[in-house]
Amino acid sequence: MEESETSMREMIIGELTQTMQGLARGFAQYVPRLIVMLIIVLVGWAIAYIFKAITRSILRLTKFAKLSENAGATQLLKQAALPSSTELLSSFVFWIAWIGFILLGISALGIGGLQEHISRFFLFLPRLFVALVILFFGLLAASFFSRATLLAAVNANSRSPRLLSLSVRLILVIFTISMVFEELGIAEQTIIIAFGVAFGAIMLGLALAFGLGGKDLAREFLERRLTRERREVKENELSPL
Amino acid sequence: MGISLAEETFLTDEFLRQLIDVGEVDILIGVPTHNNAKTIEPVIQAIQVGILKCFPRERAVIINVDGGSRDGTSELFAGASISDFQHASKFQTLRTLHSISTQYPNGPEAGAALRTILAAAELLRARACVVMSPDSTTVEPDWIQRLTLPIYKENFDLVTPMYRRHKFEGLLMRNLLYPMTRAVYGCGLREPYAAEFAMSDRLAADFLATDTWSNDLGRTGPEMCVTTRAITGNFRLCQSFLGTKVPVEGASTDLVAAMRRTVGVLFSSLDDNFQLWSTTNGSHPVPTFGSPAQVSLEPVSVDRKRLREMFASGVSELQPVFRSILSSSTLTELQRIAAAEDGEAQYTAKLWARTVYEFAASYHKSVINRDHIIQALVPLYRGRTLTFIAENENASAEQIESSVECECVEFEGLKPYLLELWNGGK
Repeated sequence: MEESETSMREMIIGELTQTMQGLARGFAQYVPRLIVMLIIVLVGWAIAYIFKAITRSILRLTKFAKLSENAGATQLLKQAALPSSTELLSSFVFWIAWIGFILLGISALGIGGLQEHISRFFLFLPRLFVALVILFFGLLAASFFSRATLLAAVNANSRSPRLLSLSVRLILVIFTISMVFEELGIAEQTIIIAFGVAFGAIMLGLALAFGLGGKDLAREFLERRLTRERREVKENELSPL
Repeated sequence: MGISLAEETFLTDEFLRQLIDVGEVDILIGVPTHNNAKTIEPVIQAIQVGILKCFPRERAVIINVDGGSRDGTSELFAGASISDFQHASKFQTLRTLHSISTQYPNGPEAGAALRTILAAAELLRARACVVMSPDSTTVEPDWIQRLTLPIYKENFDLVTPMYRRHKFEGLLMRNLLYPMTRAVYGCGLREPYAAEFAMSDRLAADFLATDTWSNDLGRTGPEMCVTTRAITGNFRLCQSFLGTKVPVEGASTDLVAAMRRTVGVLFSSLDDNFQLWSTTNGSHPVPTFGSPAQVSLEPVSVDRKRLREMFASGVSELQPVFRSILSSSTLTELQRIAAAEDGEAQYTAKLWARTVYEFAASYHKSVINRDHIIQALVPLYRGRTLTFIAENENASAEQIESSVECECVEFEGLKPYLLELWNGGK
């Protein structure tokens, strides 16, 4: 009885020792990988910080803040209590770069199943970058064309310059956002359908509004055009030069 | 005769052949046209008589540069005969008076037309190059002499015109171009933007060699570019009284286009000539031939209600644009004037000068698209026009002159403010 108890204890100790040795071996094998990961993450942080500084300098040199102000992005950021566009973009570069390094470090640990997700993340980065570029230039175009419409409408003495300008901005922003989502591959079909429906609704609404509400205006315009009737516009009779 | 490569590339072979047939000349008169069939004949006849009357011994050529007219302007130019002109038989020619015509591609463009005229003048070694507007219905033969003699006899480089105008015509000139050119460059040219003007061979060659032709402003408003070039290039300028100027009936008076080719060019010229204008103090009168600028006072009907509406709606609708361009004090003041009942608030010359300078500085800094800045000035110009008309409704010629002078003084007085804005303040 005593013998069997002794042998059992030895077996347990033996198993425990083996497990502990296995764990120690595993840990011993894992520690260098962990150190490698930590090194990658730390070096990555430094590199990401350098990237951030370089990006900030380039953006300042290229007067990106002014471009962003023209695009109306600065105003949007202010309203959302976010930092300046230059700061935001350089921080974005920092985080993308650092997350990239962190994932690289994690992949160095050799944990099965994570590799696929990490490589998917890296494949997603170019699309994210393109989507951001589309968003920026889309907002820039929306701001430019809405202001051009506003100025042209005011100088032509149109009745609702702001409405026209807002419509142009809205159409371009919707168009830009749908392009961004399509580029990111987020709910692609839904976005395309939603865009089609929204765009169609706007166009139908405008057609109805102008067709019904502006029929007199349209008739007046056509009559003036076709009969070449000159408007009595005294203001235009004063030659500015 | 030296033909540079640049000239060879844009003058057509046919036009070059015509120029070679003409040979060297003393005076070249260029007439840029585009669908000017209604007015071209009397202009050409007046030019022909002007040359025969005043320069019978000089070799002269009239060149029509057409931007693709579809109303037979070129044919009318070719067929215009001096015999149709009253008293034409009095004048006899000692030289052959050449008339040639050419078309430039890509539609009407003032820059392309002037470039062709100047290149022809350089090739033909003309001492004086006169540019005549094809729609000056009141043109007289003496205009040629008045424009050419200062160059021919007095060695001036640029002769700009002065006209007898109605007191409410040419208000952009009186309210902005003249006061600002005078204040900034110290040069009191009454018509910095000239439809008719004359240039010496020196100025023509210098201007032809500039890169004006490669930018939009140079292509659309080369006349204003010539003036700023002459002022900043230290050329000798003078002005000559021509006669009555009447706007052509039915002619386009697109205010935005007029602003682009005049105010746009003036604002743009400030960028390149900061050293010159920032150190210029006061202004000096420009030598003037003939009587000073005159105004006619016939009553005209102006739709002030519409002007007021356009000004008020412009100030209200363009607020987001003005916030990028104007200082808050100027914008507040403008909003107050726009909101006031008719006649209760005036857009004073001082506030106008301040507005224009803030626009000029914003244009320099490109706070928004530069063309948008020029377009945004249009409703405010309407506001100033309204006040000018109201203030001078019953004014005499002297009072109009005094009002314009006061405006110039305001612009000159506020020049330090422009410099402050230029150097970073707002």
